[in-house]
Amino acid sequence: MSILEMEKISQEFGGLRAVDGVNLAIEEKEIFGIIGPNGAGKTTLFNIITGIYVPIEGRLIFKGKQLNRMAPHDIARLGIARTFQNIRLFDKLSVLDNVRVGCHGVTHCGFWSGMLGLPSSRKEEGLILSRSQELLEIVGLYDKRYEYADNLAYGEQRRLEIARALALEPSLLLLDEPGAGMNSAEKDELMGLIRQIRDNRDLTILLVEHDMNLVMNICERIAVLDYGRKIAEGTPNEVKNDEKVIQSYLGVSA
Amino acid sequence: MEAFLAQNVDAYYLRIMIFIGINIILALGLNLITGVTGQLSMGHAGFMSLGAYTSAILSMHFGTPFFLAIIAGALLAALFGFLIGIPTLRLDGDYLAMVTIGFAEIIRVFFLNFEPGGKAVGLSGIPQETTFTIVWIIVIVVIILNSKLFKSRVGRSLYAIRENEIAAESCGINTTRMKVLAFTVGSLLGGLGGGLYAHYMYYINPQDFGFMKSIEILNMVVLGGMGSIPGTIIGVIILTLAPEVLRVVAEYRLLVYGALLVILMIFRPNGLLGDVRIYDLKKRWGKKEVKI
Repeated sequence: MSILEMEKISQEFGGLRAVDGVNLAIEEKEIFGIIGPNGAGKTTLFNIITGIYVPIEGRLIFKGKQLNRMAPHDIARLGIARTFQNIRLFDKLSVLDNVRVGCHGVTHCGFWSGMLGLPSSRKEEGLILSRSQELLEIVGLYDKRYEYADNLAYGEQRRLEIARALALEPSLLLLDEPGAGMNSAEKDELMGLIRQIRDNRDLTILLVEHDMNLVMNICERIAVLDYGRKIAEGTPNEVKNDEKVIQSYLGVSA
Repeated sequence: MEAFLAQNVDAYYLRIMIFIGINIILALGLNLITGVTGQLSMGHAGFMSLGAYTSAILSMHFGTPFFLAIIAGALLAALFGFLIGIPTLRLDGDYLAMVTIGFAEIIRVFFLNFEPGGKAVGLSGIPQETTFTIVWIIVIVVIILNSKLFKSRVGRSLYAIRENEIAAESCGINTTRMKVLAFTVGSLLGGLGGGLYAHYMYYINPQDFGFMKSIEILNMVVLGGMGSIPGTIIGVIILTLAPEVLRVVAEYRLLVYGALLVILMIFRPNGLLGDVRIYDLKKRWGKKEVKI
């Protein structure tokens, strides 16, 4: 059964059609890649799924629920977590606090119980702390848990974003160019991490990436976007040999 | 307690201590809005005047007991904070600053023309009920509740909103609701400080709560360090004492005061304690493993 279905999703910015009638169905527990040249509408698609943009037409269905017009925080609480292409961490919070904030969507203690330090809040805080530490160990940042997030190296910041997204206990994880700016050793490590979290946490992963090597290695299925349209979909091998994909990446041969 | 203080402490120093206490309550309210949640509010004096006038009128014209009057003033300020917060907190940065300035001006002009408030003449003969003990008990309670809040789930989400609103949304934080919450609680503290001020000063008039008062409170928060409770307290102490200490330079007082602010902002742009953490200090002094 597919976990996320998009039907004829379109989005316009001032007359420019950024996403044009895209149909996609993401199956449960798969690693699905979206690739395409710059400006193809990949990140726009992510922003539509997470509710930052409202598509001008089309339907978006997650686990049988329609997502259109839901606020971003409600969508997050349904179990869709994401990372960002241009890293968006809470710079002046500690690494640990970044992950703790990530737990917000799955915890419940409110203003009064927190301020008065009621037992329910203290119990929940304990849970949040142990979960956050566990996640930091998975991404290998436990030793840096008290550093400010903006003191981390670039690759570490990317991993912290993944840890923060995982804190939401998502069933669908969106990774927006997780390998951007990493060297090849870091990328190998990242691929291992992505596979590991998918296998251990019952996750479906949808990722946007420029690095063909990474995408072809890790994704089970791939969709190719060009000028907002889906021009191909299939396994890495099918996509690699697709006529239209070769054209859009290498130009039309005479 | 009061009698003991009156006998042993110079009335002048006692008065400054009380002002410091009231200012800490006001500044911690603004710190919650601007320092922690990152929403630039430049109309804090408006909430202060709401609390001051409400509590003063209640205790003068209706004989309401002191504590009830103060609480009523604080609640009314919180109600206004809530009502103004809902539409305006969708704005950010400069726009929000404009709206809050406008709101504070509306309140000021309203009280300039408000018959029971004595119009421009102001309100005099307010029973002087605010004492050193009362102020500082409230200050301590406010500090404890604030620091507990900042370390809780809701408090962390407020810091997250300041740091990156889109990322905060993606973590499942209802940012509008949290901002309105911070604004309401901040206004409540503003009204509380205003009530205490009115019942200490004996006399209030609308000019006490003008734009300059808002800026003065904002200065305390920014100077001390956005979002830090010890920072805010230090900011309050410095800026409350500065005009008194600088009496030696007589008419150059405001000039020195301004220069002080400029110098501090150049050397500590995040405020005195804005980005200082015990963890970093301990690390610098050579201890490897530390706990917070």
